[in-house]
Amino acid sequence: MNVDVLIAGAGPAGLAAAIELRRLGVGRVLVVDREAEAGGVPRHSAHTGYGLRDLRRVMTGPGYARHYARAGAAAGAQIRTSTTLTGWQPPAGDRPGTPVATLTSPAGIETVAARAVLLATGCRERPRTARLVPGDRPPGVMTTGELQQRVYLHGERLPGPALVVGAEHVSFSAMLTLAHAGADVVALVTEHRRHQSYAAFAFGAAARWHTPVWVSTAVRRVAGRGRLEGAELADLRTGESRFVECATLVFTGDWVPDHELARLAGAPIDPGTRGPAVDTALQTCLPGVFAAGNLVHAAETADVAALGGRHAARSIAAFLTAREPLRTPRLPVTAAAPLSWVSPNAVRILGPPPPRGHFLLRSEVFARRAALVVRQGATTLGTAHSRLVPGRPVHLGAAWMARVEPAAGPVTIELG
Amino acid sequence: MSQPPTADVVIIGAGVVGTAIARQLARYDLRVVVVDAASDVGTGTTKANTAILHTGFDAEPGSLESRLLRRGSAMLHDYAVRAGIPVERTGALLVAWTPEQQQALPEIQRKSILNGYAPIRPVTAAGLYAREPRLGPGALAGLEIPDESIVCPWTTPLAYATEALAAGVRFRLGSLVTGVRDEAGGHTLTTSGGTVRGRWLVNAAGLGADRIDAMVTGGEHGSFTIQPRRGELIVFDKLARPLLGSILLPVPTAQTKGVLVAPTVYGNVLLGPTAQDIDDRADTSTTGTGLTGLLAAGRAILPGLVTEEVTATYAWLRAATGQRDYQVRVDAARRYACAAGIRSTGLSASLGIAEYVTGLLAEAGLVLTERVGTPAGPPLMPYLGEAGTRPYQDAGRIAADARYGRIVCHCERVTEGEIRDALASPLPPADAGGLRRRTRAMNGRCQGFYCAATVSAMLATARPPGGTA
Repeated sequence: MNVDVLIAGAGPAGLAAAIELRRLGVGRVLVVDREAEAGGVPRHSAHTGYGLRDLRRVMTGPGYARHYARAGAAAGAQIRTSTTLTGWQPPAGDRPGTPVATLTSPAGIETVAARAVLLATGCRERPRTARLVPGDRPPGVMTTGELQQRVYLHGERLPGPALVVGAEHVSFSAMLTLAHAGADVVALVTEHRRHQSYAAFAFGAAARWHTPVWVSTAVRRVAGRGRLEGAELADLRTGESRFVECATLVFTGDWVPDHELARLAGAPIDPGTRGPAVDTALQTCLPGVFAAGNLVHAAETADVAALGGRHAARSIAAFLTAREPLRTPRLPVTAAAPLSWVSPNAVRILGPPPPRGHFLLRSEVFARRAALVVRQGATTLGTAHSRLVPGRPVHLGAAWMARVEPAAGPVTIELG
Repeated sequence: MSQPPTADVVIIGAGVVGTAIARQLARYDLRVVVVDAASDVGTGTTKANTAILHTGFDAEPGSLESRLLRRGSAMLHDYAVRAGIPVERTGALLVAWTPEQQQALPEIQRKSILNGYAPIRPVTAAGLYAREPRLGPGALAGLEIPDESIVCPWTTPLAYATEALAAGVRFRLGSLVTGVRDEAGGHTLTTSGGTVRGRWLVNAAGLGADRIDAMVTGGEHGSFTIQPRRGELIVFDKLARPLLGSILLPVPTAQTKGVLVAPTVYGNVLLGPTAQDIDDRADTSTTGTGLTGLLAAGRAILPGLVTEEVTATYAWLRAATGQRDYQVRVDAARRYACAAGIRSTGLSASLGIAEYVTGLLAEAGLVLTERVGTPAGPPLMPYLGEAGTRPYQDAGRIAADARYGRIVCHCERVTEGEIRDALASPLPPADAGGLRRRTRAMNGRCQGFYCAATVSAMLATARPPGGTA
């Protein structure tokens, strides 16, 4: 099969990109998704608040997912679900080009050659095993993804008491989901010295559900053979441990991009975001291969992912019509500790501004008002100030891009 | 209450050794019953080990282990081809990192020859890095063991058990043996799943073998104690697989046996084990210090592991006895065979042990008449390895049944068809863990983020909930 654009992932970023590509007149747009339904994670995220920045509406996750799936089809994109992109082959012939994709679906195995590829495969939460939490390995320990699917897609009830690890937005969402499933939540537990969500969420949790947030608390061990009995928690300030009984334990947040396809294609990975390195046009280091959404910034809200998809679509449309691809120097942009990552991770001389006109960063530390300094070598390109909350987006304007020198080396963003 | 019918042979333990013995005995005109406390086969040491098909190069020369390992591994290589058990002959490199380790190499080579494994050969540092470019700095020299292989530890006992079942062996699972009485020409076993009677008794009870032995012999001659030895292991993401081609083995010194880094047949990279003597023979928990120590050791051996995600961690419990050889013997007067203390080589030696124990039983008086009409050969098991073609890659299979094209567990690329097949198999899974071992579902990097809800629903539809993972 030959298409103009192949999009891996029919979540908000992939579908928004498909819609925009069709609006810009791109002919054959194929979106593949390995799940049975299109829409991505919002399919099973039953709370409201979706659609603010991209649709200027307020919707539930499932409603938002359905909206994008319908809009994608209505725009004339071909959307194939239960279709998995399993690997890549080099393009045929001796012309350089995008890799050819191999797909598996109930219809069989096919290859798809596309003039451009967009990777929009999103992100997942790191499970207990990846976080190296030792102890026994009983059932009842899960991430929010599994929790949401069990409760909202399969209608399951879950046993309490429950413990939520993490105090980000998604952690409060998990608390609501557990309550919906009939499990009393004992607490949210975070290693940070305070929660990382909006004050309203924490206040609401405490007031309505009497659910405390235990800060500076780490999960040291899971206990239970055959059946989850509880978790051993440690107070990071005093060193004291205590055992908390629970029958359901949910590890939330701590997102990592689902970058397998990027790795298999040979796209260099940014060590900060752990997604494929992308410039402000959202092009990876591989010509014709683009990446958008939470694959390149794990994890922003769905509307931010969708707007990134739209941005990538504009870059792809330009790429498809350009006689010469943009070959101006590409300079890496990195975030220095204690900043965790910056997205996009590269700028090109004469390249476009990033999606929504700003760079996204994450911090490992709290700060009421930190100075973010953009440097290239010894030169300061710009400074901005921002509040820092671990796990929450930090926005950095892009005006400094105009001052980047092509031969002066990589750009770093540091705390001043 | 009337006595249950008396089987010819009762085997206690449905691990890799017990099921191998069952399969061997099933060739003969015997009524064989296999008893296990767990609700599935292969749930003890069998399911959690280093998944290496050993050549036996480093066994104790002249020991029974050495002999049965050499014989058993050759048999398993052959059986694996016929049964569709994933095996990859990756070879192994024994790497010396210190002068002390380097000085130990010639003796290891000599022992290998004594054990009957001749293809072992020395490798220089340059040779090591040519073979394994991602090896950490500081390797001084090594030995190559070209035939050391990796194998699937889950399909192996399932293949044995499925073959045994097809030949008429009965499985009494969920039956913990609490007492054994020798009476009326047979053994009466009291179990949590009811009474079982057999004229001959085989003890292949792994971590519980000393308990069973004490029940049978009353602690008489040659009794032994199982000392569980726990080894923690880390499984790295499949994206780490290109970092190495061979199994990387440590050189044991007086202080430590060291840790290995090995590919797995599923495409992961395994790191471990630690070695800790513990008292609780059901304690398969991991520890903070164990995992941290492993990471440090692993990063020295293969620095590329630093940036890869950990997919899983687990603990391996070896049934050490304090003896340096297997505890395999037959007590003719008691009509009792003991196949215990199999240390860390049960998987590799399983078919050799089964052949040997069967021979001992025959010598002791068990009448072996070839069964007429035995099914020819092992069952073809669902293939779980990365080296071959899996259903999601097989256009023909998908064309014949579209459910092999619908991937349910995305990380491990397990299709709806394979899960359906496992649930409908002759030895179906009793719980989520059993389904994992038969299909790889839920074993991937997302650890159920994407698929656990769906897979659990499929399991619940086939089996009512109540089991354990």
